[in-house]
Amino acid sequence: MTMDAINSAIRVVPLEHYVVLSFLLFSIGIAGVLFRRNTIIILMCLELMFNSVNLLLAAFSAHHSDPGGQVFVFFIMLVAAAEVTVGLAILVMMKRNVDSVDVNQLNQLKW
Amino acid sequence: MQYFFYLFAAISIISALLVVSVRSPINSVIALIVCFLSIAGHYILLNAQFLAMVHIIVYTGAIMVLFLFVIMLLNLNSATEPLKKLSTRVAAVLAGGLFFLTLLAAIRHGVNVAPANAPDASIGLVDKVGMSLFSEFLLPFEVSSVLFLSAMVGGLMLARKDAPSTLPKPYIGPGDVGAAAPPTMEKSRNPTK
Repeated sequence: MTMDAINSAIRVVPLEHYVVLSFLLFSIGIAGVLFRRNTIIILMCLELMFNSVNLLLAAFSAHHSDPGGQVFVFFIMLVAAAEVTVGLAILVMMKRNVDSVDVNQLNQLKW
Repeated sequence: MQYFFYLFAAISIISALLVVSVRSPINSVIALIVCFLSIAGHYILLNAQFLAMVHIIVYTGAIMVLFLFVIMLLNLNSATEPLKKLSTRVAAVLAGGLFFLTLLAAIRHGVNVAPANAPDASIGLVDKVGMSLFSEFLLPFEVSSVLFLSAMVGGLMLARKDAPSTLPKPYIGPGDVGAAAPPTMEKSRNPTK
């Protein structure tokens, strides 16, 4: 496939569809964070939201012909990896201290 | 070509809904892996080959395996998670749906993008992304190593066994002097414990 054919193939799907797909994934992530009580599933919903943003950046980058967006996706992946490390360490500590991964157990800061 | 997009989109949305709705954490992780693989398919459709590979390696290969390790090491899969109150659950779904509607309303006139550069399908290839990464974004790339170091040190500090706990001690009983925690800090409601 030549580069021209790939160029037109990328633009077959309108950008709006990628935007709506990312919005839908992000909203599912938000609903999941509010819906569940298991901390590990809340962390996974965070990953889902990260990925919807990544998809949106990649789609804009491809439609814009700008590699900067894809480098940003790379950096978001780095930050997500660091975030997961700390988040899972907090989860391990929570399991050790209150013997549960239920977020409702940690309500000391709630008014 | 666009049928692949709609196929991958359907897979991502269904598996994302499964992540939220399935009870067992292991099944939730597997649904999230399916979702990530379909997103890698989207990257390939956008000709972002570098991103697709890094996505599969980092997310499916490292992060999700880390999640599985933690679930298995802490034996969380047997935990039957109590649901939130019905009103809270309805509010959660409403909040997500209304947020989606708000975002949709923001783009109701369409997304107006004029291509910044001439159409170039090779921007997602390794050499273009690498050139951009090591010239324009060299400083953030190097700084991210500091971020990783601090995340690693922080993770070790938090997960170490003899680390002094910053959390309040669990409520033991009425004679527990100095326990500021009201009985809401009860032990796990988990029946398997």
